[in-house]
Amino acid sequence: MAGFSRRKLLGWTGAGAAVAGVGAVSGYAAGHSSPQGAPGSDVVPFRDKYQAGIVTPAQNHMYFSALDLTSTSRASVQRMLAKWTQAAERMTAGLDTAEHGALPLNPEAPPADTGEALELPAASLTVTVGFGPSFFDKLGIADRRPTALADLPPFTGDQIDPARSGGDLCIQACANDPQVAVHAVRNLIRMGFGTTSVRWAQQGYGRTSSTTEKQSTARNLFGFKDGTNNLKAEEPALLDEHVWVQRGDGQDWMTDGTYLVARRIRMHIETWDRSSLNDQESVVGRTKGTGAPLGQVAEFDKANLKAIDANGTPVVPLGSHIRLASAETLNGIRMLRRGFNFVDGADGRGHLNAGLFFICFVRNPQTQFVPMQRALSRSDKMMEYIEHTSSAVFACPPGLGQGEYWGQRLLEGQV
Amino acid sequence: MSRRSVAALLTAGAAVALAGCTSTAPPAAPSGGAASGAAAPAGPITVRAADTACQVSTGEAPAGTITFNITNGGNKVTEFYLYGQGDRILGEVENIGPGLSRQLIVEVPDGGTYTTACKPGMVGDGIRAPFTVTGAAARSIDTNAKLSEATAGYKRYTTSQVEALVPKTQEFVDAVKAGNVDQAKALFPVARTYWERIEPVAESFGDIDPKIDGREDDERDPGVGFTGFHRLEKDLWADGLQPDSPQIADQLMADIKDLQTRVGPVELTPVQLANGAKELLDEVATGKITGEEDRYSHTDLWDFKANVEGAQGAVAALRPVIDEKEPTLGPVLDERFAAVEQLLEGYRAGDGFTSYTELSPDDIKKMTDAVDALSEPVSQVAGVVTS
Repeated sequence: MAGFSRRKLLGWTGAGAAVAGVGAVSGYAAGHSSPQGAPGSDVVPFRDKYQAGIVTPAQNHMYFSALDLTSTSRASVQRMLAKWTQAAERMTAGLDTAEHGALPLNPEAPPADTGEALELPAASLTVTVGFGPSFFDKLGIADRRPTALADLPPFTGDQIDPARSGGDLCIQACANDPQVAVHAVRNLIRMGFGTTSVRWAQQGYGRTSSTTEKQSTARNLFGFKDGTNNLKAEEPALLDEHVWVQRGDGQDWMTDGTYLVARRIRMHIETWDRSSLNDQESVVGRTKGTGAPLGQVAEFDKANLKAIDANGTPVVPLGSHIRLASAETLNGIRMLRRGFNFVDGADGRGHLNAGLFFICFVRNPQTQFVPMQRALSRSDKMMEYIEHTSSAVFACPPGLGQGEYWGQRLLEGQV
Repeated sequence: MSRRSVAALLTAGAAVALAGCTSTAPPAAPSGGAASGAAAPAGPITVRAADTACQVSTGEAPAGTITFNITNGGNKVTEFYLYGQGDRILGEVENIGPGLSRQLIVEVPDGGTYTTACKPGMVGDGIRAPFTVTGAAARSIDTNAKLSEATAGYKRYTTSQVEALVPKTQEFVDAVKAGNVDQAKALFPVARTYWERIEPVAESFGDIDPKIDGREDDERDPGVGFTGFHRLEKDLWADGLQPDSPQIADQLMADIKDLQTRVGPVELTPVQLANGAKELLDEVATGKITGEEDRYSHTDLWDFKANVEGAQGAVAALRPVIDEKEPTLGPVLDERFAAVEQLLEGYRAGDGFTSYTELSPDDIKKMTDAVDALSEPVSQVAGVVTS
């Protein structure tokens, strides 16, 4: 490979970091099994049956951007997506976007790669691309839009800001190094000038979900373990049922794809922090310490939604988050959650502008996310402490075969 | 004026000063054709411009150096253009007052169909006619020759802009000194147009630019005051004319004349041309789209338009080299320049442009998108012409 390898430059720094990572992990209590990040395993395969960044073990950092088309030429969109694919494949391997990209041979030329990821490892970078409902109309291919792909309806309590909602395309970059994630999105945005323009972007840190049994459940900014009952990579049958689009679901080009729902959820952490432990636990429905459902002992114990205490009150309160969000209450609805915390500075009124950037992947947003959110927005006691400030839904096509580019099956198929 | 580092200004200043030392030539009048020289120049073509007519003595000329002698017999100030495909400006003479004659010398190495245009009143598409160039000039295929042509062509462009800048600034200065605020306000963005088109060249003189185009909040050495266009802008729009406004106006005129004498000997390299085009668009992105530059008059869109025209002038000069080395780049540049121009045309108001204060966030987003789309391929030009 003639390219300028970020990893070749890594030298002892990277090895040292990897070792430090392992050391830190071994210091944890049992139950925290070794995460990915061992030397040599920081490259997530780019081409697979499914796009990376979905059931891939959730990385620690995310940079997400929604873009709008500024061109309605299908050919320029295809060219851009082909460039994106080529660059993303290199970046996920720990390389710059093009050969000699960061350091061009001609010093008079602007570097094709922006350069801030030089010397950084691949950091398990994944780049996931999706198409919003408006993408199809703008390119004159409305007949190829899946019916499942439609803007979400309004929900009670929504404070949606249109300026950070929707979008014709999305790029989700996740990595264990925030600079690697930002670098990936930034470079794709740059390649898009003239074809796309950034509509909104969101940085996320500290995964709030685990997508594999090997990962521990992380905590969100309420201080609680979040997503204990998330779907996991080790459950292929459940993923087929709830996450991956199956042949016959609708548009063939989406087979093995999935839908990404993004909701920026502002948390009023200041008022939350003043709530008693009892109140916090009854809002969530779990204990704050172990994360066990109320009335149970360990995190992964099954919640008993029928249990009644001595006063005849449900042990897991009726308006608690885990009751309302449970598959049991929602007629079997499940989803793969993959959200991140955010703190976007201060809100100018003396509080942090903080919360959860909720992302989930579902086989059909209309029959999975919508009924769940309807139930939560009406009854969830947690709604007192949160408000949804953005909303977007994207169709993420399946993984890429050799030589294939993002959207090729959609844009080059029979129309 | 860009807010770039002092170091960058000093470097540029030093380079130009060096170039200045090697020549004591007076500011060049448009003198074309030095580089190609191969094609026998045809005799001058006369253009009789009037308020409603544009009579070109012939609609055909052999490839090579073509000279137009334009006489304005009308009552309006006029301009004369020679356009290539896609309205690419091959040459232009602006600001031809009633009764005046000017010359346009332009290099046209390739045969084909071109367009001439007079623009009485200096607005609109002008009075156009097809113009056929026959054959092909026996130009050198040597890239160095093309690059020399490019720099010579851009030098003619710069010279023509400075030649218009001087009288237009004089009119503005006269209006300020006469206390004619309304007239001065109307002339302010017009004079600045010629300045903004060649700003990177003017900026290369590190000491002139802060005097002519500095902002009130710029850092200055002790004893150095706030002068130039923006000081007068503040007087006219915000504070009212001050006791020292006439002196500031005289100083501006003196600085512009100083610029004129110093531009003459400057020798620009192709890379400087390419980077100048890029810098002009950077100026748009950081100074005009933000409303920073003309914060009192809000005439930012005039400057926006002029910056884009200046970038187009530099890119047009380099175009033969670009086409030789990277044939896919030229059409993208054409398309994106055209998109920016089309967008700006939507903000025309009278002879000029909508005030910046009337732009909505959506307008500004559209402008940012269009300028980003254009700036990326323009940023490739320096690498392409040096490859």
